[in-house]
Amino acid sequence: MELLTSIITALILLTAFILLMQNRIHGMINTFIWQSILLATVTLLQAQRTARIELYVSVLLIIILKVIFIPYLLRSLVYKLNIRHKVAEIKHPFLLLIGAAALVLFCYHLIIPIRTLAWNEANNIIAVAMAVMLLGMLLLITHRKAISHVIGFMSMENGIFFAALIATQGMPMVVELGIAFDVLIAAVLFGVFFLQLRRSIDSLDVDRLNLLREDVE
Amino acid sequence: MIAFYLTLFLPLAGTLLMLGIGNLRIAGLCNIIITTAGFIASLFMAHYFLQHGSFLAIEQQFYIDAFNLLIIVLTTFVVMTTAFFSNTFMWQSATTNRISNKHLRLYHVMYQLFALMMLVALAANNLGILWVAMEGATLATVLLVSLYRTKEAIEASWKYFILCIIGIALALFGTILVYFSAVQELTQTKTGMLWSVLAYQTNHFDPTVIKIAFVFLLVGYGTKIGLVPLHNWLPDAYSESPAPVSSLLSGLLSNVALYALIRFKILTDLALANHLADNLMMIFGLLSFVVAAILLQRQYNIKRLFSYSSIEHMGLITFTFGLGGPIATFVGLFYMLVHSLAKSAIFIIVGNVVQQAKTSLLEQIRGLIKNQPLLGWGLLAATLIISGIPPFGIFTSELIVFITCVKFLPLLAIILVAGFIMAFAGLLRNIQPVVYGEPTQTIKSKTCTWPAILHLSLVLVLGLYIPPVLQQLLQEAAGLITR
Repeated sequence: MELLTSIITALILLTAFILLMQNRIHGMINTFIWQSILLATVTLLQAQRTARIELYVSVLLIIILKVIFIPYLLRSLVYKLNIRHKVAEIKHPFLLLIGAAALVLFCYHLIIPIRTLAWNEANNIIAVAMAVMLLGMLLLITHRKAISHVIGFMSMENGIFFAALIATQGMPMVVELGIAFDVLIAAVLFGVFFLQLRRSIDSLDVDRLNLLREDVE
Repeated sequence: MIAFYLTLFLPLAGTLLMLGIGNLRIAGLCNIIITTAGFIASLFMAHYFLQHGSFLAIEQQFYIDAFNLLIIVLTTFVVMTTAFFSNTFMWQSATTNRISNKHLRLYHVMYQLFALMMLVALAANNLGILWVAMEGATLATVLLVSLYRTKEAIEASWKYFILCIIGIALALFGTILVYFSAVQELTQTKTGMLWSVLAYQTNHFDPTVIKIAFVFLLVGYGTKIGLVPLHNWLPDAYSESPAPVSSLLSGLLSNVALYALIRFKILTDLALANHLADNLMMIFGLLSFVVAAILLQRQYNIKRLFSYSSIEHMGLITFTFGLGGPIATFVGLFYMLVHSLAKSAIFIIVGNVVQQAKTSLLEQIRGLIKNQPLLGWGLLAATLIISGIPPFGIFTSELIVFITCVKFLPLLAIILVAGFIMAFAGLLRNIQPVVYGEPTQTIKSKTCTWPAILHLSLVLVLGLYIPPVLQQLLQEAAGLITR
């Protein structure tokens, strides 16, 4: 069981890297779905290992929210705004990869010294979870399309959930539900924003948001 | 006890009620009634607290002690006075067709929801719920910032949205790490996120984990406080949102974020028994204070000017809490109170000014005193108060911060003085031509400045005299923080 968890963990990290280097919107959404499916699988394994009923609820939440609803919402937005074939250019892909790898090492450096009373592989997995979170953040910083930002944010959220799952066997139910609700609202707000941005700057390219600056016009 | 439930229930009921009210007049009135009732309920809660001491509620998920009680009462008070202002202000916006009826309904719903989320965050005992409510407050205000639907407003709210949700996601990670370090020792995972339990278990915490956690929490909640270098969203959001929203964001939301950070600082201090948290807060606080004082100089927009003043003051307050010790903490809390009152008053006045002048560019607003004496003098007084002239409360707090700083860290005191002078000069230099001089246009419409005047008078009173009840609460809260 632990071996299986480790393998899936590695795959989740892989999806985080793919997301970072992906430049097609559809590819990103698909990779995100895969990441969420993997996360749901790990949660299921943990649920069996620890026999906690709350975790089965989490599995359900992930599937409904991140495998079905959010990708569906994004796809319909992409269709509605007609940006299916747009390609997001990534500047300096090589540097980005090096940076991403450095982030993973940094996470290991931080997490490995912690003594855990959990199981052997826990530290390893927490490090990866933290890396997934930070890679999501890197995605948010480097990609300039608003739609990549949703994926980046959701991927961050996946990393955080993953860390909580391994480190603490999931959070208390109230908190879990609260977070899921917040994520849902954030996703809807992203959708609202796309429409507003489209109407105001006629593009989803955040580089074109440059009206508010310090200097006198 | 019933007062506690009412304090939380009223804004919840208000949110649902506002969904159904389309008429602006009625909605504005209901807003006033509900928030006033909320303030009265919180006073009764304070009364209950003074008799019975700190208490837990709703299956230990909520907890009231002197620290959050103070901020809850402050929050309900400012939410109430701002509701009075918002009624007049929004009516004006609607009559000048700046805003549609549909958006006004959204505004009132979000106003109540925002108040609810702040109160839940403040009253939460469960650190997870604290986080959920903080995120909720952010999401509720995002649509308020973009209410006018101008290009600038949408840009500002997008920045606010994206930066704050990233920041706050990092804070969630920090919260999980704290839970992680606690849950290894506690057998009951259910109580592992409860502050009232954690505060007595800190000797079991893993120091490495707590260290990492605090850094994430500082970055996360620091983004919401507006600490440099995470402050980019703040001037945009404050300047583009409707005036009542700016007033609530600057006066209250940054306080709530600081409150959350201090809760974790208490845990970190107890677990590490060193000054890591203090030092980090001092560094980022002082950095924000200095950078904002410099950036104040080159502002061309009156709302942005005061946004930077917010960053400056929140930085100084963070610094004050970082100084540690009972006196500095006492002053920090007092400073939080007077800054909230003064800053929300300023945004109320500035909101009126901008609505009258139909522009927020400093160089286009002239001769306010001749045009609108009340607004002009109010703006001048508020500017002087926020830049710290005696005998107002801001002056008192800045003075004591300075004295404490001289005592412990004399070199930093020099930076403080330089910052005070720069901020004073920056504000006055920009505001002076706005209030004096010859008016360029003469437009008069209905304004609502009494909430601002009420706030400023309170700041004056607090600068001269602290009532015994308040002093007792402040001391008790400072005792909790420096335990």
